[in-house]
Amino acid sequence: MSDFLLPSLGADMDTGMITDWYPEPGSHVSRGEVIGVVETAKGAIDLEIWVDGTIGDLLVKKGVSLPVGTVLATVTEAGEAASAADGTGADFPSPDAAHPAGAVEPPTIVLGPPPLARPAESRRHVTPAARKLARDLGVDSDHLVGTGPDGSVSMTDVERAHTEAGPPASAGEGPPMDIRSAIAAAMSRSKREIPHYYLAETIPMDAALDWLASANGGRPISDRLLAAVLQLKAVAVALRDFPELNGFYRDGVFTAVPAAHIGVAISLRQGGLIAPAIHDVADKSLEQLMHDLTDLVRRARSGSVRSSEFADPTITVTNLGEQGVETVFGVIHPPQVALVGFGRVVERPWVVDATVGVARVVTASLSADHRVSDGGRGARFLRAVSERLQRPEDLDIPPRRSST
Amino acid sequence: MTYLDLRAAVVATLREVAPEIDPSLLRDAVPLRKQVDLDSMDWLVFLVGLHDRLHVDIPEADYGKLVTLADLVAYLAARTPQEGTASSGL
Repeated sequence: MSDFLLPSLGADMDTGMITDWYPEPGSHVSRGEVIGVVETAKGAIDLEIWVDGTIGDLLVKKGVSLPVGTVLATVTEAGEAASAADGTGADFPSPDAAHPAGAVEPPTIVLGPPPLARPAESRRHVTPAARKLARDLGVDSDHLVGTGPDGSVSMTDVERAHTEAGPPASAGEGPPMDIRSAIAAAMSRSKREIPHYYLAETIPMDAALDWLASANGGRPISDRLLAAVLQLKAVAVALRDFPELNGFYRDGVFTAVPAAHIGVAISLRQGGLIAPAIHDVADKSLEQLMHDLTDLVRRARSGSVRSSEFADPTITVTNLGEQGVETVFGVIHPPQVALVGFGRVVERPWVVDATVGVARVVTASLSADHRVSDGGRGARFLRAVSERLQRPEDLDIPPRRSST
Repeated sequence: MTYLDLRAAVVATLREVAPEIDPSLLRDAVPLRKQVDLDSMDWLVFLVGLHDRLHVDIPEADYGKLVTLADLVAYLAARTPQEGTASSGL
């Protein structure tokens, strides 16, 4: 019997409010199963469990703001007698040695690696607008009857439920802090604790963009790739040679992580920003990355990001080029130690073989933690990213297992 | 489909990507991405939505032609099966 605790899903999370809980006492749960929804400053996050077992006592209180580490339920693990129930989240097996026990944050709980296959969609689709409206009105959008396409819950459904329900039930001690406060807390901590250094490099993009145009020419629109996936892949592959940029700094100790779980900065339409992870980026094909990125952005904006995606990004990539700026110098998201930024692709005079021509270029920047790495290594990392982007065909490898 | 039908379909698809927009404020001749905050992912999702709704595949090479709402509607009109209407011949 072990305790299932409210996990910390990032350095900016101190509290969360359980809004949905699916398994009843006695229900069997499987590793990777979504067992509830936790409302945090970053929005609603699907809560996954990382053991196979049976739910014992339900201790979860819905609709009340709970501190991280609160016991939500007890779980009897399948075929195993209390291997590790020290109350600090040991019921989440650590995937690698990257996560030392006892973390800086209020009991940071290490979630396991992502499930191999996601269980069937456990919630009915709620349109982003409907979810937003439901949140504003205090309506539980996940238990509404949807009348939209494919039974999805639309704004109309939410409005009707709101009208029928009358005033919303009191939200306990109120919702967790808003996303602006969460960003403020995490970024203040970053600037207080992390001695940042910043580098930038102009990267020629003609080879990558020509390859992309050619690759997309033969694809139906639903399979087309964005330049962003080439950039993500280039960063992930280059990171293999720069372990000091990929991992976690906790309690004065840096732990490198072999896999690149890249947090992708996604701006939310209602304001604010989240950076959930795409896992194992270096080992995925561009098609898979495009699929993952599309899916992640969609879910981030509709408020159904999964807990594992918030728990373990090892580095963040931000792309502010979409907003029109050429260069971004980012703020590292603790406990990570680096952030890579890409600006807008622009045409610039460019010298090749002593001849001035026009080239499309992008400015890549690195913000990194001086406690862990130095500018010389950071510079070589940015050069490595640039070199990878000059050989886009090499980035398009089929999925394979990581050799490290 | 009439211009207004197509325009309504485009706006409805746009609202799926950008639910915060007020359709009554959209201006047909002003670049769409100056009126609506669409990054490249939003744009792609929007075009996939149009494809699903209207069965028109928009090659990447044509993105540059599609700046305003009017551009989009005209482009789609030339590629949507017309009933009793002459093709615009684009």
